Amino acid sequence: MKRKQVLFEMPYFFWLAFFVIAPILLIAYQSFFNIRGQFTLGNYATYFTSATYLRMTLNSVWYAFLITLFTLLISYPTAYFLHYTKHKQLWLLLIILPTWINLLLKAYAFIGIFSQDGSVNQFLTFIGIGPQQILFTDASFLFVATYIQIPFMILPIFNAIEDLQPSYINASRDLGANNWQTFTRIIFPMTMSGVKAGVQAVFIPSLSLFMLTRLIGGNRVITLGTAIEEHFLVTMNWGMGSTIGVVLIIAMFIIMSLTGEHKKKGRKHND
Amino acid sequence: MTKKTKWFANGYLTLVFVLLYVPIFYLIMYSFSTGKTMSHYQGFTWAHYVALFQDARMIQIALDTLLLALLSALIATAIGSLGALGIYATKKRQTRNALLSLNNILMVSPDVIIGASFLIFFTFLGIGLGFGSVLMSHIAFEIPIVVLMVLPRLQEMSTTMIDAAEDLGASSWQVLSRVILPAIIPGILAGYFMAFTYSLDDFAVTFFVTGNGFETLSIEIYARARQGIDLEVNALSGILFVFALLLVVGYYLLTQYTAKRQKAGVKRP
Repeated sequence: MKRKQVLFEMPYFFWLAFFVIAPILLIAYQSFFNIRGQFTLGNYATYFTSATYLRMTLNSVWYAFLITLFTLLISYPTAYFLHYTKHKQLWLLLIILPTWINLLLKAYAFIGIFSQDGSVNQFLTFIGIGPQQILFTDASFLFVATYIQIPFMILPIFNAIEDLQPSYINASRDLGANNWQTFTRIIFPMTMSGVKAGVQAVFIPSLSLFMLTRLIGGNRVITLGTAIEEHFLVTMNWGMGSTIGVVLIIAMFIIMSLTGEHKKKGRKHND
Repeated sequence: MTKKTKWFANGYLTLVFVLLYVPIFYLIMYSFSTGKTMSHYQGFTWAHYVALFQDARMIQIALDTLLLALLSALIATAIGSLGALGIYATKKRQTRNALLSLNNILMVSPDVIIGASFLIFFTFLGIGLGFGSVLMSHIAFEIPIVVLMVLPRLQEMSTTMIDAAEDLGASSWQVLSRVILPAIIPGILAGYFMAFTYSLDDFAVTFFVTGNGFETLSIEIYARARQGIDLEVNALSGILFVFALLLVVGYYLLTQYTAKRQKAGVKRP
């Protein structure tokens, strides 16, 4: 029986080896080659000495931070209020539904809404401000990215709030805490796991949204993802693209260790 | 909640829902406009839908996308379910956690990293870019979600059932098909479903690993959107919205159905 079992699982382990481990190793390997295919440390030297690359990285992290912050500010109250609605499963479904609309179609909608004679500009003209350049600005990129990420933040926070025992809130009230104290001392700390999961789900993709920078940001915003896409598919400098990829992977592990901290602690306590 | 906060909560939720849905309805509204741009609505027409259905190239791409999603989800579900069984059967906790961490790498990796690394991988092995490479990539990034959907079902399953089946002389194949499989079927269905939607939604990975010969709807929409407004794309979004709506309702009914069946199962003995 033992041997048969291993045979069943073979495809899965094959996948782990060839589509999870090998690609990461290959991207690290590729980062040591220049455009002519010679072994070099030059890509890393270029990356760490070039003001352009470093500024781009900082910029990308800063934008991802802003997107995550805006998403969190909008999503937390939404998840909290959703918890108290009557048909909450139905409402939750309606939050999820937009995530099933292709991301590019949503971006495309904003090309129309933000365009020179789109609805937003018509409204601005109507109230007397006059049309503004909205599309292809940093603000429009931030807006659309936040819009797209909102449901991914609401879901984990909503689940965390659902898991919260109401008795804790009642106890806090009985002991004389006001609403604000109950929120800051009980509700928020106890739903932190959901916030962390949401931050993880939003921050990492926000570093790499290259299609939005192209369609909405008008190439003004360059994220790590845009730089990778540019190097791989436009300038064909795979080595440099892989170097930025390695930076992005490292950034990903940093975010994961920061947001995964809570779980590890919990696990230790349970042992 | 007091009356005042309730008003505030309802107002806030309404605002969020408006924000979430306005862009989508804006898109669909203009798919019925006789104009050429997404502004100044000009009167009702089906013309863009008619144009869409006469666009043989677009229909071919839609069919390819659907075939890709159905096929990749099927293979990913098979591999992922077996993988979940494998992880479940791993007795050593450290090995199991390591396997799970590896499993989740593709879940958290940014799309560009998956796309770029697969591109290097295929080029390294000399695999040509096209339907094959896209199919393999989709299977690859769908497997972890299937595992994550199936594994909890396995962990919920009571082990006494398996012991009982073995004591009563069931072969390992019988244990799998008569005891384990029925218990995890809801997880497998949910996994297939999620894998299917992942495939339909993907743009970035496909963008990296597709050659000139094969296109999905996402790639086509991106190409058209870069050239500006084309109301045929609006018509397409109208159809895809209805499709997504049906999928959501289907998924909802499916989860309701399996939940009910489980409850019925509890009652039976």
